[in-house]
Amino acid sequence: MEYTEIIEEAGITLTLNKLRTGLAMLGIIIGIGSVIALVSLGQSSQASVSNQIESLGANLLTVSPGSQRGGFVQGGFGSATTLTLADAEAIASSPTATDIANVSPEYSKRAQVTANGKNTNTSITGVRAIYSTIHKVSVAEGVFITASDDARQAKVAVIGPTTANNLFATTDALGQSIRIQGQSFKVVGITVSKGGTGFGNADDVIYVPLSTAQKTLFGSTSLSSIAVEAKSATVMTAAEDEIGYVLLDRHKISSPSQADFSIFSQNDILSTASSVTGTFTALLSGIAAISLIVGGIGIMNIMLVTVTERTREIGLRKALGAKKKNIIAQFLIESIILTFVGGVIGMGIGIFASFIISKVISLPFTISIGSIGLAIGVSGAIGILFGWYPAQKAANLQPIEALRYE
Amino acid sequence: MIQVSHVSKIYNTGEVETVALADVSFNIKKGEFVAIMGPSGSGKSTLMHILGALDTPTSGSYVLDGEEVAKLSDDELADIRNRKIGFVFQAFNLLPRTSALKNVTLPMMYAGIPKEKRTEIAEKYLKMVGLSDRMDHTSSQLSGGQQQRVAIARALSLNPAIILADEPTGNIASAQADEIMAIFQKLNEEGHTILMITHEPDIAEHAKRIIHLKDGKIVEDGNGHKQRIIWNTQK
Repeated sequence: MEYTEIIEEAGITLTLNKLRTGLAMLGIIIGIGSVIALVSLGQSSQASVSNQIESLGANLLTVSPGSQRGGFVQGGFGSATTLTLADAEAIASSPTATDIANVSPEYSKRAQVTANGKNTNTSITGVRAIYSTIHKVSVAEGVFITASDDARQAKVAVIGPTTANNLFATTDALGQSIRIQGQSFKVVGITVSKGGTGFGNADDVIYVPLSTAQKTLFGSTSLSSIAVEAKSATVMTAAEDEIGYVLLDRHKISSPSQADFSIFSQNDILSTASSVTGTFTALLSGIAAISLIVGGIGIMNIMLVTVTERTREIGLRKALGAKKKNIIAQFLIESIILTFVGGVIGMGIGIFASFIISKVISLPFTISIGSIGLAIGVSGAIGILFGWYPAQKAANLQPIEALRYE
Repeated sequence: MIQVSHVSKIYNTGEVETVALADVSFNIKKGEFVAIMGPSGSGKSTLMHILGALDTPTSGSYVLDGEEVAKLSDDELADIRNRKIGFVFQAFNLLPRTSALKNVTLPMMYAGIPKEKRTEIAEKYLKMVGLSDRMDHTSSQLSGGQQQRVAIARALSLNPAIILADEPTGNIASAQADEIMAIFQKLNEEGHTILMITHEPDIAEHAKRIIHLKDGKIVEDGNGHKQRIIWNTQK
């Protein structure tokens, strides 16, 4: 007795009761479909997050102000004003900080911007010319903020493509004037899109000279962050230490545990972000896996009903010479076909769903061979796992009892 | 062909012991046509199950075509049933929604005969029982007599040592029953060994030898013709 024949026969049996077969498969279809879709979306969002973070600049260390610890009151994160332009210049000019390539002092604040009768709220970032090098920002039209802009507190702005679109939907933004907090700025450049989304979108920004932002716009002497580019990826830790010592010395703090600033690298952000998305993916996949188990139990249920319904047939087959292994093979193959076909359909639906969702929320669409292999393997394994008991039950029926069964 | 010696079958249901067969012994030679008769509860079904290797005796020995069957495992019994016994059941027991041809090939499939060969043999036997024009009909499209003829073709397919028929005409209209019995008689004339269980005397008449069972014991074992004379005189 060949397996192709058993498979053919099982296929015929399953098509005899299409509704039941379909319903039995449904659990597996949903289970596999959701596993595929969730794993795919998880990987997509992870890839998207790491792309976005990497696009913000490599070998990058970010120094953020922090509240001084050790006192009775601790200020909120990022609210402190402990970093100054002098700190940034000290890092850049320090003779001990040998692993540092570039230093970019930055001041950033959200503000209301109007132009052309349109109104938007976006992030205003005061930068120096070096910003574009460190953060890999390039201009599509016009020029970036220059050193002379900064020196003369020029009222010029370089805007992101999203901002340009928000303010000047149809007309060319270059050369137009925008009003930031009531002051008029001339648009001298538009950046190339980085493809970000949502809050913190790298395309929805306005760059102005640092001196203009600090003195003219917001009247502040502090910095919101200092971006430091290390000479290479391998000296990131050394560069982090060098920055730390310069700042601790300048701020007259003896112990690093009491530092009033924090330094983190792109890698830190990256690993935090991936661990967050990873946890979510694992959690959702876990839920999907539970639905797979439920689907498997559904298969077992249907197979047990089938065995009971076909008791006479089993008795007859045994009377005519079917051995235990023949009966086991027959029922096991039926349940494997159920789960396997269900798994393939579920995989198709899952891929389609993740494709649609990734288009809707504009994520890159990724589907891994691993998850396809896993889905096929798991659905087959579920067929064996949950089909085994009903098949055993069928094989162990006594032919006389089975023939007598009404 | 068949040697049954001191076969007993005792069913243990809780504390009650039921003796279905008590020390039954007889032989059946090749080419015989034997009817086993008896009232219900006489043990004829139990005997049929043991002879059909569907069940094993509690004690005693049953040798079929030179093989001791009494002590075999389930799978070994399945093999014996497959190779040596052709079953014809009262309820026909054809697979539903399956063609006559496919039904006849079923035992051959378990015997491992290749597909083309199976179809060839099945066609031969279906022709023999006069169903050459109904090979693709499913059991629901066939009359009782036709279904039983499919079952006979199926029983013959592996050329078994013995054909075991359990009330083969019990579910069939009498005109068709005669056709079935004619087939059995023809098979017997061709040399097949046939063992038939029945409670109808006029069906048993077709056999050459009749074994009467009562309360699990053989009460009469003799020439069918002689017994017919006895009944006729008793009437």
